[in-house]
Amino acid sequence: MPDKPKVAFYWCASCGGCEEAVVDLAEDILKVVEAVDIVMWPVAMDFKKSDVEARPDGSIAASFINGAVRTSEQEEMARLLRRKSQIVVSFGACANLGGIPALANQFQKEDILKYVYEDCPGVQNPDKTRPQTETRHEGRALSLPEFRGMVRSLDQVIEVEYYLPGCPPTPKIIMAAVVALLTGKLPPKGTVLSPDVALCEECPRKDSKPADLALAEFKRPHQVLIDPEKCLLAQSLVCMGPATRAGCEALCPKGNMPCTGCFGPTSRVKDQGAKFVSSVFSNIVPKDEAGIDAVLDGIPDPIGTFYRYGLSKCLLRRKLN
Amino acid sequence: MSQHQSQKAQSAPAGFEPRIVAFFCNWCTYTAADLAGVSRLKYAPNVRVIRVMCSGRVDPQFVLDAFARGADGVLLGGCHPGDCHYAEGNYKTLRRMRMLGRMLRDMGVADGRFRLEWISGAEGDKVKAVVNDMTAKVRALGPLDLPGKFREWDQETAELERQVHSQDPKEVARAR
Amino acid sequence: MTDIKERRNDTDGLPRIGFYICHCGTNIAGMIDVAEVREYVAALPGVAVSRDYKYMCSDPGQELIGADIKEHKLERLVVAACSPNLHEETFRKAAARAGLNPFYFQMVNIREHVSWVHEDKISATEKAKDLARAAVYRVRFHKPLDKQSVPVDPNVLVVGGGIAGIHAALTLANAGKKVTLVEREATIGGHMAMFDKTFPTLDCAACILTPKMSAVKSHPNITLWTYSEVAKVDGYVGNYKVTVKRKPRYVKEDLCVGCMECIEACVFKEPKFADWFNQGLGKRKPVYIDFPQATPKVVLIDPETCIQFKTGKCKKSCAEVCDRKAFDFNQKEEFKDIRVGAIILATGFKVYDAKRDPHYGYGRYPGVYTALEIERLVNASGPTSGEVVLRDGRRPRAVGIIHCVGSRDEKTNKWCSRVCCMYSLKLAHLIKEHSGAEVYNFYIDVRAPGKAYEEFYDKLLSEGVHFIRGRVAEVTDWNMTPEEEGRLVLRVEDTLAGFVRRIPVDMVVLATGLEPRADAQEVRRLFNIGCGNEGFFQERHPKLAPVNTFTDGIFIAGACQAPKDIPDTVAQAGAAAAEALALIDAGHVELEPNTAHVVEEECCGCKSCVPLCPYSAITFDEAKKKAVINEVLCKGCGVCVAACPSGSIRQNLFEDAEIFSEIEGVLAK
Repeated sequence: MPDKPKVAFYWCASCGGCEEAVVDLAEDILKVVEAVDIVMWPVAMDFKKSDVEARPDGSIAASFINGAVRTSEQEEMARLLRRKSQIVVSFGACANLGGIPALANQFQKEDILKYVYEDCPGVQNPDKTRPQTETRHEGRALSLPEFRGMVRSLDQVIEVEYYLPGCPPTPKIIMAAVVALLTGKLPPKGTVLSPDVALCEECPRKDSKPADLALAEFKRPHQVLIDPEKCLLAQSLVCMGPATRAGCEALCPKGNMPCTGCFGPTSRVKDQGAKFVSSVFSNIVPKDEAGIDAVLDGIPDPIGTFYRYGLSKCLLRRKLN
Repeated sequence: MSQHQSQKAQSAPAGFEPRIVAFFCNWCTYTAADLAGVSRLKYAPNVRVIRVMCSGRVDPQFVLDAFARGADGVLLGGCHPGDCHYAEGNYKTLRRMRMLGRMLRDMGVADGRFRLEWISGAEGDKVKAVVNDMTAKVRALGPLDLPGKFREWDQETAELERQVHSQDPKEVARAR
Repeated sequence: MTDIKERRNDTDGLPRIGFYICHCGTNIAGMIDVAEVREYVAALPGVAVSRDYKYMCSDPGQELIGADIKEHKLERLVVAACSPNLHEETFRKAAARAGLNPFYFQMVNIREHVSWVHEDKISATEKAKDLARAAVYRVRFHKPLDKQSVPVDPNVLVVGGGIAGIHAALTLANAGKKVTLVEREATIGGHMAMFDKTFPTLDCAACILTPKMSAVKSHPNITLWTYSEVAKVDGYVGNYKVTVKRKPRYVKEDLCVGCMECIEACVFKEPKFADWFNQGLGKRKPVYIDFPQATPKVVLIDPETCIQFKTGKCKKSCAEVCDRKAFDFNQKEEFKDIRVGAIILATGFKVYDAKRDPHYGYGRYPGVYTALEIERLVNASGPTSGEVVLRDGRRPRAVGIIHCVGSRDEKTNKWCSRVCCMYSLKLAHLIKEHSGAEVYNFYIDVRAPGKAYEEFYDKLLSEGVHFIRGRVAEVTDWNMTPEEEGRLVLRVEDTLAGFVRRIPVDMVVLATGLEPRADAQEVRRLFNIGCGNEGFFQERHPKLAPVNTFTDGIFIAGACQAPKDIPDTVAQAGAAAAEALALIDAGHVELEPNTAHVVEEECCGCKSCVPLCPYSAITFDEAKKKAVINEVLCKGCGVCVAACPSGSIRQNLFEDAEIFSEIEGVLAK
């Protein structure tokens, strides 16, 4: 009887939502479990790193790695799984783009550690102890992963064959990816496994968007009684839909909230945040600097807004100092 | 067919010389730069011009990409508000770039490295003044050298890369 | 086609590039080490040929390119020389002659931007290398393109039958072109037909205008459609389809001979209704003609005041008396389509509404008039046969003329309306001549810039007209002295004398300024042109292209572009006609190919691009739910390309791939 293909799941700097997305396959998960041999899944199964190391290189058919890469442990596991796998799927917004963790790229490592271990209200650390990568305790050597200087997307560390976008990817696109893998009907390497068109294509509010939209201000969601039928941009809310890949079937707009861009850009865009800025600000009303600035003041945190999930993939990658 | 002898020992500039990428709109700023040339005005050689038809073609991605590839400064030149050859392209530029300016500051790119100037087709001397001024200011700010920084930041991953992938030469090749 | 495969091996699968650096005598070679650049570029990937030459733009230079293209099977061309604004076309044509698509060419500016502006040879040469490398990287991504050529329809539409429209139409008709002249009112003539005499010559306006109006009517090349408006405009330069709405006169234009017996016979014995032409000072009957020389000389019925239309029960003595049987009470409005290659807009101006300055009392005090009302009063064929009298029939003993009403005013219109000083002087002269009254002109500056204008002003000074420099603060009927009893008082600071004065007059004339027409915004959208900040139609360039608009094939002339006097209006009308002729006589129009297009399968229908185009080249296809760009309307600015948030719009010659490669090339070490 032929061996079932081996599959691994791993999480790096992750919230666990991508793992839950796999579980959200519901009954379909049984089909998956039947068709494959899971050889690594920290959240659900007891395989160890040494188990993976023992396998021959390339013996894992596909590894689904989610989460951004922030520590040396995550980096090491990603590299290890790369060696042992034929295909690596970068799973979820954090792996693809850096995700929410990548917002930490606005701060220096030292500032983060100082805040967490010294300055944060409620911290009791009079000796200003910092985590060390190595220490000895009762005669034994103990180690902790190293905290890297910046948050990286998965493909900034290892080569990746496919990308499943989303925070998290929806069960529908996960299932489609798994089926494609199992049936061998895979697109060219490097493809993002979601339609290469922006979200407005799928959004039920599309028809209500005027063709002559000119924004006089930006509002935040809590400032507006959001009309559930009307285009969110037309309600002066920052909706990243036009700059975000489709595939989620406009879940957030259907939930009466604007899109925040978790599926990342289309293949034709290098920097999602910059492209969105190019688009949405072309259409604001004022023509003079003071008027323009007043409108821009409606978005007090542009980096957090336009690069909410994608700061690792910003062309500048990180704040400079 | 060359009849010109190379003159190596002219004057080697000492110290850091900034590299500034400029996007000039065809109808106003590029024409003004041509006029500066025709008038034989002399200015700093640090700017490299990329021609676009309208400043409104300039995507903020271009600005970021220029920095990411090693530009120490980026200059964007368009027509004066109200005079855009294509009616209102420069207003779109202004709006986008004011936001981009805020984002660059938030990302630690010093003020003065990114600059938007309105230069009409007749203002050859403004091209000279702006280029000279920006070159001096960026020189004072020092090199930005993002490619160098990227290499520096990525050094922390080199060790693991070597360790994990070195046992199999095929993997070593794959990793880079 | 000979064996490409072998040759591709030389350039590692990259398109084969030919690079040429020009010496331009010593203009370039004197500052840049051209040999060094040549050697440097020769080693770049994809470069099959790298040469330098003394004068690339010369015939031998171009032949060298042609020979190399053929011999070395070049697929791309880069020339480092002067500015593309000079010779881009030259080298494109050289490439085309040798069988290479002209848009596979990229030019590098190393003269105006390098050798002429730098003093250090090392840095100049380095800069030249950087720019050359950028072009080599970029040109790999160039695609073959074609210039689209569209034919030009030789007919012209002129919108507006004032002096500007009349002159433009006659000029074009005389040149042999078929012109349709569309005028909203029932007669052509515009504002000029209302004037009495014109400055500075004091020509009678009607005397100089009516011959031109007749010429329009009788010209075989002009189709005159009055009482008509443009309803819709489709198409693009050289190929416009225009729908004109012809309003019903209830009289058949081809049958009426203008005898006006019907007006005499009308059941209304006396004219009762305010007439537009006399600015409401005169009266007309429901069946009327605007003025005796109206062209065409055809009467019309106003359905708002005619008993037949209001009750259905009239004798219709007008129709009875007409032996031409020209009346048709069932006439309907008609829509007619015409095809033209060029359109001239000469829609004129609107007079400032003096009620917006309530301190001048227009509409409250019967003695306050606008300048145009006075024009009708002093006109011999006006409502008072040329008598300058107040509404109650009295002759004024003193008249005050207030300049700059609705002009040069922070609160209303900031601009100078250009003609008011001169017409105020003219009116001062005419009023004095007709009535012998004392005349006071209240001015801020006297603007008399035209030919013989200053001399006219001098003449006025010697006629005893009083000039007071000051802005009238108020026109009031509140009297302070017996002398002011029953009169209007102008309160003004006489800035030259240095104190506030009260000047009692019987008649006040407000020199109202010129404004854009009330529907200028709707009209300009109909024709897809722009308006400036003040609301007048936007010219392409204030100095070099005052009659062109940003929309090819649409021209503007006269006061619709900006306030101006009759000499300038006629000159502009002639200019617009000449521009239209240049377009038509060229026969066809070649469009630059650096246009943008939406990649349909990539477009998500977000509509972000649609409002951005000043040429309305982008529309939203409701059926497909995608944006579509009309490449004939597209001018290639690229704003939409940058603004498309999913990168689904491409611009020929300025694609993202081309620009990114240029950025990479210019910074690569």
